[in-house]
Amino acid sequence: MMKSFFRSASPFKPSPFRMLVSYLILGAWALIILFPLYWLTITAFKLPAAVNNGPFYLPFVDFQPSLHAWEYVLGEVGNDTIRLFTNTVGVSLISATLTLVIGSGAAYALTRFQFRPKVGTVLVFLGCVLLAVVLTALGAPWALAVAVAIALFVISLLTIARRFTRALSNNDIAFWLISQRIMPPVAVVIPIYIIFQQLRLLDTWPALIITYVATNLPIVVWLMRDYFASIPYELEESAQIDGASRFRIFNQIVLPLSVPGLVATFLFVLVFCWNEYLLALFLTNARAQTMPLAVVAQNATRGPQWWYMSVLVLIMIAPVIAMAIALERYIARGLLVGAVKG
Amino acid sequence: MATLTSTANPPATRARASRSERLAPAAFLLPAVLVVLFVSIFPLLLSLFLSLSRLRFEAGGLKVQFVGLDNYRKLLFGSEQKVLFGTLAMPSLIGWAVLAVVAFLALVAIYRAVRNARPVRAIVGRAIAALALIGLTYLVVASLLAPGGRPGTMVVTMLYVVIGITFQYLIGLGLAMLCAQPLPGRRFFRVVFLLPMMITPVGVGYLFRMLADTNKGPLEPLWVALGMQDFAWSNNAWGARIAVMIGDIWQWTPFMFIVLLAAIEAQEVEPVEAAIVDGASNWDIFRHITLPAILPVSTTLILIRMIEAFKIIDLPNILTNGGPGTATETMTLYAYRIWRALDIGGSAAIAYLLLFLVTFFATLYVRALRGRVSTV
Repeated sequence: MMKSFFRSASPFKPSPFRMLVSYLILGAWALIILFPLYWLTITAFKLPAAVNNGPFYLPFVDFQPSLHAWEYVLGEVGNDTIRLFTNTVGVSLISATLTLVIGSGAAYALTRFQFRPKVGTVLVFLGCVLLAVVLTALGAPWALAVAVAIALFVISLLTIARRFTRALSNNDIAFWLISQRIMPPVAVVIPIYIIFQQLRLLDTWPALIITYVATNLPIVVWLMRDYFASIPYELEESAQIDGASRFRIFNQIVLPLSVPGLVATFLFVLVFCWNEYLLALFLTNARAQTMPLAVVAQNATRGPQWWYMSVLVLIMIAPVIAMAIALERYIARGLLVGAVKG
Repeated sequence: MATLTSTANPPATRARASRSERLAPAAFLLPAVLVVLFVSIFPLLLSLFLSLSRLRFEAGGLKVQFVGLDNYRKLLFGSEQKVLFGTLAMPSLIGWAVLAVVAFLALVAIYRAVRNARPVRAIVGRAIAALALIGLTYLVVASLLAPGGRPGTMVVTMLYVVIGITFQYLIGLGLAMLCAQPLPGRRFFRVVFLLPMMITPVGVGYLFRMLADTNKGPLEPLWVALGMQDFAWSNNAWGARIAVMIGDIWQWTPFMFIVLLAAIEAQEVEPVEAAIVDGASNWDIFRHITLPAILPVSTTLILIRMIEAFKIIDLPNILTNGGPGTATETMTLYAYRIWRALDIGGSAAIAYLLLFLVTFFATLYVRALRGRVSTV
């Protein structure tokens, strides 16, 4: 009896002892994950006294649950909450969709076409951007600086740039796009702030959306490039012989085959936008504020308002958690392809 | 990577290729390039300029004054040095030993480059990287492994990255191995283990502040039992740092877990079955079959997490507000604090130092693994 506990019936199945140990460890980690979430949930139903007078664990036993925090967040300041929630949902959905469209287009182009940009062109372009920056910083109106830079770029493109014959490859472009993720947002947030201030877009959806698209584009290119590369090219070739256009091939053959990758990438980007704090902090102040800022704002002068905070966090995480549970299989598969090819 | 060219088309279709077909490659790629140029490269250049200047808010707007490398001088050698580098002291014996090992490995790397007659460019590159690595190691050793030393924001950031990723990877791998067994009900664990990744880091910060409260938090009985109910971890440098690291590990272990689990499940079954039939132990199977199979994924996962982890701000900002003092402050939080103090040039300079640091480590990591692991 004892022996069979340590030995499994088949060599391919874990023994009962091993299963027990596995369940114990998995259960312990599940507890580590779920207990904080449980605490968050009960805090949302606690009166301030129940939070401040020490730990109370069980509703109805230890403390009397109350809906006061929910009434405050959804009732008293309900309009604000709805606005924050709409901002979060709208900005993240639009950002994630746009990022996916632009990013998978680029990823597709990098796996199916050959690009050979000349080093000279790139250098000249960078030089002109730098010139525009310096001119603006020295006090020239930015429109003039941009015009001068564009003119100079066109002129040097026709003259100097042709002398450089070295060209870059698709891999260089892909590396360049992906390496943008290395850049810490804090390094660019001040210039972005200044740009949107000039364009009068501060505290609007477009400011957040444009920024989120740019910061998440590398992830999409990274994951989707390898996904597209794993799709056999023969299908597209035969469609091409039948006279289908590139866009039709992309829409009707490539995209449907990449659904797991697209879903995983979309969810990944969505969660990043949904939870983003630093950029939203810089770029918004009232109308376009998103939920993470509201959560932080509950840390008022009277001390942290744990009950309101918990309600807000719960409202915020409910949709993403529901999505994560529904799409769990896609996430694993989609991320894996990107990570295997690196 | 198999790159297929559009010139591979049969002549018949190429003759019919319309104008839109010829423009298709550009139409697919250009939007991404333009977005990145507009929102990443252009601001990055602007930021470089800002880091070389001093900005002042005056009546009628901003006044920009070019000051050269003054902001960097202040950070690296001037009044901010104590915050960035911390207090450096004479390293302990262990500290010297660590430094000696790193220096030895760096010299071996240079020696091998010379012996293999690599081009001069590669040797010089390795020498520079080795010097930078030894310098950074000295910084870590002299602030962490030295009596009287105190780590600055740079070392604290690196500490979060290294400790966080190590634990996330090991826990994630262990859980993935357990979850890959044919256990009834494992889908429950798979879904539950995924959850923390979905929660906003800001929320995680507050959650852990609630949990870590020694008086009102749920662990109060434990603190009382340990006689530590009056222990204010947020006033203790290491207590606060550990709290930040635990929060980070809690949040990001799921990422490692989910991809590693997918990788383990995607590996081929036959070698494992053959090994079981031959009577190989579990450890042997893991060491010789599973580990090599998931190594490429692991290296990429660690690279992704490394790039993201260097940017950490939300968690220390909420959990400890960077305190006590600047003990838990990361470089992004530091840059943000300086920005709040309206020293925009200084803030940009910190951000640039962080950019150099991440780029250095990412490049070093990729180079060190290239050739050893096939897909990096």
